[in-house]
Amino acid sequence: MLTIKNLHASIEGTPILRGINLEVKAGEVHAIMGPNGSGKSTLASVLAGREEYEVTEGEVSFKGKDLLDLSPEDRAREGVFLAFQYPVEIPGVSSTNFLRTAVNQVREYRGEEALDAVKFLTLMKEKMKLVEMDQKLLSRALNEGFSGGEKKRNEIFQMAMLAPTLSILDETDSGLDIDALRIVSNGVNQLKSKDNATIVVTHYQRLLDYIVPDFVHVLYKGQIVKSGTKELALELEEKGYDWIKDEVDSKATV
Amino acid sequence: MSTLIKQDILVELLANAGTGFEQVRVAGKEAFQAQGFPTNKSEEYKFTAITKKIEQRIQNFQLAGAFEVTAEQVKSNVFEGFEGDVLVFTNGHFQQALSSTVEGVEISPLSEKASTALGSIAKPEKDPFCALNQSSFDGGVFISVPKKAQIQKPILFLNFFKANAGQVIQPRVWIEAGDFAEVTFINHSVNLSDTSYFVNKVVEVKGGVNTQIRYYKLQNEGENAIEVSNIETDIQKDGRFTSVNISLSGEMVRNNLSINILGSNSEGNMYGLYLLDGKSHVDNHTNVDHTVPHSESNELYKGILAGSSRGVFNGKIFVRQDAQKTNAFQQNNNILLSEDAVVNTKPQLEIWADDVKCSHGCTTGQLDEEALFYLQARGIGKEQARGLLLYAVAGEVIEHITDESFRDYCIAQVQERLGSNF
Repeated sequence: MLTIKNLHASIEGTPILRGINLEVKAGEVHAIMGPNGSGKSTLASVLAGREEYEVTEGEVSFKGKDLLDLSPEDRAREGVFLAFQYPVEIPGVSSTNFLRTAVNQVREYRGEEALDAVKFLTLMKEKMKLVEMDQKLLSRALNEGFSGGEKKRNEIFQMAMLAPTLSILDETDSGLDIDALRIVSNGVNQLKSKDNATIVVTHYQRLLDYIVPDFVHVLYKGQIVKSGTKELALELEEKGYDWIKDEVDSKATV
Repeated sequence: MSTLIKQDILVELLANAGTGFEQVRVAGKEAFQAQGFPTNKSEEYKFTAITKKIEQRIQNFQLAGAFEVTAEQVKSNVFEGFEGDVLVFTNGHFQQALSSTVEGVEISPLSEKASTALGSIAKPEKDPFCALNQSSFDGGVFISVPKKAQIQKPILFLNFFKANAGQVIQPRVWIEAGDFAEVTFINHSVNLSDTSYFVNKVVEVKGGVNTQIRYYKLQNEGENAIEVSNIETDIQKDGRFTSVNISLSGEMVRNNLSINILGSNSEGNMYGLYLLDGKSHVDNHTNVDHTVPHSESNELYKGILAGSSRGVFNGKIFVRQDAQKTNAFQQNNNILLSEDAVVNTKPQLEIWADDVKCSHGCTTGQLDEEALFYLQARGIGKEQARGLLLYAVAGEVIEHITDESFRDYCIAQVQERLGSNF
């Protein structure tokens, strides 16, 4: 589904990603871990099309298309979803209005009929249950005045509404208490199917108790330096990142 | 600037001004002569070189006078779904035959009401254009809403303007509302000529005890409009006055809006939006004067500026020594969409009482790129995402309009504008 080859990206001339290779197939869950500043969030942003990052080398294909060639909105319409680390508060834009616009633009792109108000509301009610979303939140402006947990839940709710084929969760666990973490993970797990894939970007192993990955990759200095299964995450939890840093840095000096 | 045009103008205007109100006109003339047109040194008109504009555009200082419009023209310019009453004006002259009668409200040409206290609220010595209008206003209307009258449907002022290049139109409106009266006015103008003319309008609103008055205004007269508008109101005890002003175009527009709070437990609200492109220049000067204890004012003005447009906001709040327990809030936010768009914003608070709550804030910035990306990342096209974000800014002002048909009309107008040049 997603093939990343030798991806290099920089921001304002500073290289952040230095040759990422990754293959994600339908039905898989990949966790990307790594110390702060290793490039985890940059990878998520580049895949979603954030303009501040310049891709200097490499290629990314998604369902056979050149992903890097698409605008952020077309990536979303093709089925890429980024759950933001810091969801943006947008005063004056109602959550419901925003979602209906988004859902219908995605549907239009896919050649599907726009949902009328009734059908949209039915869909919304159904998906709200998934993340125990309070209806009151949706009558407010988008993310405005939401608590940290509510914002993250809203991200997963939006994901449910847009039914992406590739979901990228960027530090979705950060700042969540255990109840919120359970609700969010539960939502993600219910959305999982054999046809879609998930990339979980996280600093901590804790989330992976709830969203169990098929593969764990460690990102350091803009490269994937180690890959393994969920046991690797537990090892990282126990030993921290220093041993990996040492391993990589000693190789570099040799 | 020029003291030369001052005399000439007056002579010309007065020569064909309507009759009646001799004392009022003399007072206006004297006040104008004392002030003259604002110069580039005038603090109040520092960012708006209106005198220069008038000198450039207004060659023949004649009042344009009344003209005829048809019932079809009236009908086609009332917004869809509007259920209120319509008062028709041509160049400021009340067209009674084409207008509705509003049950329970006295409405007549101003010329039939020589006894009113014109100039007692919008005092001519405070502003030269107010004085100029008082010296030589033409036509006008008198509206009296009796005590306890609840006028449920809004009253629409439908102003048709048609003038030769360089002519002057000076409408005058007097509104008085008795104790406990409630009424909503909508001011909408239609420009029938594409020449450059000058509209200099004064509206005085006299509120009673516990009156509720709403005054909405949409300015969309096109790229040639040169307009100065003075709207001033007195609010008494327990009264409330709410103004919503939306400016979408104009070569040079200056709005002076003043609220005098003369009774306790009363409230003045001022909401404004200016959505400009091209070379439009819109200047909003607001003034709220808290003179008694326990009153409140709320002010929110928002600007979206593209092209080489220019916005000016100057918000004065006076809290007099007696006006303890005043709550006054003011906010002005601007988004500049181009390198050449300019905003001058200035809060001006003078607080003499010591137990008050006042806040003010102004911001000027670009469209939030992070918010734009967020919307795009959800599949919303860039153009539409921009439109949504800009509309969100405008919506915070428009939502204060209570009449649904007018609100929908404003929304449609704003969205159309946002869809074209922004």
